Amino acid sequence: MIKAAINVLATPVYSFSIFIALFYLALKRIDIVGTKKFGLGLLIFTLVVFGWMVADPIFFSIISLPDNIPIIILNALVFWSTWYALYKGHQNDLRIEAGEPPIEGTPENREKVWAWPNLVYTELFCGIICTVFLIVWAIFFKAPLEEPANPTWAPNPAKAPWYFLGLQEMLVYFDPWMAGVVLPGIIVVGLIAIPFLDINPKGNGYYTFKERKFAISSFLFGWLALWVYLIQVGTFLRGPNWTFYGPFEFWDFHKVVAENNINLSEIVWIKFFNRALPKNIFVREMFGLVATFGYLFGLIPLITKKWGKSYLERMGSIRYYIMLFLVLSMMSLPIKMYLRWFFNLKYILAMPEFELNL
Amino acid sequence: MSEGFAKKVANTQVWKAIFRHGPPNNARNRAAVVAGNVFLHLHPIKLKKSGVQLGYTWCMGGLTFFIFLSLTVTGVLLMFYYRPTAEYAFTDIIGLREHVPLGIMRELHRWGAHLMVITVWIHMFRVFMTGSYKPPREFNWGVGVILLILTMLLSFTGYLLPWDQLAIWAITVGSNMAKATPFLGNGGPGAALAKIGDFVMVSDKNDVRFQLLGGRFVGEAALLRFYILHCVFIPLVVAVLIAVHFWRVRKDGGISAPL
Repeated sequence: MIKAAINVLATPVYSFSIFIALFYLALKRIDIVGTKKFGLGLLIFTLVVFGWMVADPIFFSIISLPDNIPIIILNALVFWSTWYALYKGHQNDLRIEAGEPPIEGTPENREKVWAWPNLVYTELFCGIICTVFLIVWAIFFKAPLEEPANPTWAPNPAKAPWYFLGLQEMLVYFDPWMAGVVLPGIIVVGLIAIPFLDINPKGNGYYTFKERKFAISSFLFGWLALWVYLIQVGTFLRGPNWTFYGPFEFWDFHKVVAENNINLSEIVWIKFFNRALPKNIFVREMFGLVATFGYLFGLIPLITKKWGKSYLERMGSIRYYIMLFLVLSMMSLPIKMYLRWFFNLKYILAMPEFELNL
Repeated sequence: MSEGFAKKVANTQVWKAIFRHGPPNNARNRAAVVAGNVFLHLHPIKLKKSGVQLGYTWCMGGLTFFIFLSLTVTGVLLMFYYRPTAEYAFTDIIGLREHVPLGIMRELHRWGAHLMVITVWIHMFRVFMTGSYKPPREFNWGVGVILLILTMLLSFTGYLLPWDQLAIWAITVGSNMAKATPFLGNGGPGAALAKIGDFVMVSDKNDVRFQLLGGRFVGEAALLRFYILHCVFIPLVVAVLIAVHFWRVRKDGGISAPL
């Protein structure tokens, strides 16, 4: 009964929305999240839930695949590092509010110490722990090896290595040229651009949240909701034919999923105007073109008027418009996801004649 | 007695030839041990206390480098046993599994590779959360982003080498993305426009996917390419960039701390 409910709640539309809601609440109430009590409670809760889930044979069979173990380690580290960074940030915010320097800037911590032994021993210690961990892991889990390569027989589902599964999951919502080339390219360029866009001088060299709310929230959103979350869906919840399966659902090859996604042009011309699609592709796709260019260019003055004025003044126009472009590119993914879930929208702009589908 | 023995060893000509200073228990020798050792001289002699605390750095960058080194060692050992041809690749992996008593070299290499991807991500997360990309460290953040991409490419190219079903289909899925590159991929937007009369300029015989795989599908040519990329080309680039990265950490003022 509970498992059936979780299977339903795990569908992307629910789990993503729940994730976003929790994400928003966590950043809103950092004064609760950034305490040791909350961290401990979260840890115990997660361990109990995880232990309960692992007891399920179907969930266990997915999670115990040798190549899926790194994701469990990733999740543990992401969980811990996110909470810990917010915790340290909150502690420092309290200190700064009280007029004290951040913990990293106390006179005691500014003091210089010898690299030998302070730094060298720490590194040695971490190296030994890491080596022991790797050796134990290597003894207990054999590296996977399947049948010899056979180009004529494709396994179903065929999955990329786990660290690219977020991109593969994006393929549900975008065509390969977007999900595999353009968006990853924008991610890389955007990451490199961060130091040149974020000109806030505060928060340099110490944990904080309040002094860098916008920077940290948007980075965390991209990292947790659009990268780590999509990896989870792609790995644990996508079965044969890339169909969705709940964590406790058997990967039944015969699960039938209605493929009723339609393009914006079809919605407008056929459903709304009740007539055939125009022959000329630019007439046919004019609504998609308007929507795409409207999103990329038309929104900018509106956003600037409502939220962006102070940013524009502080950052200068070049920085500001590049940042806006990056944020709009990032938000295009969740927007496309919700359009798919709510309206079965396949492509906003569908020009298969040029292989150009958005 | 043991102390006397240690002293005797430390007094031999051999010991003194290797370590040119006394034990690092006073200021002079602590400086000398770091400055005089080619491996340790990556470190500054002295640094701010906040920079050595695990609660600040989580040691994720250091661990990433450490795992890179152990992957180099295990990788070189694996190269002794592995031939990158469609005929031998899979059986060589079987051999590694079946014929080496207590062999965990492939496991160490594979799990280490996964772990390095994770640690490098968490390292980037830590650097972001401490605002360490801010001036004067903007350039080094960029180098770090490139290193992060290269880490994933290293892992990705290595994924093909066992030459099993898991390998070729994961690489097939991954490399199919290259086909969709705008203008440069056979199936990408704009590629169909690159035509002179009947002559198609971007076909499946010359697009970026073909360049990556050395063929139209993941075959023996792709195996050799990925082998070279994985064992020689990307590690060399990574090694150079790691040198730049570490150099700049030092030149930009060491591990970040409040200004």
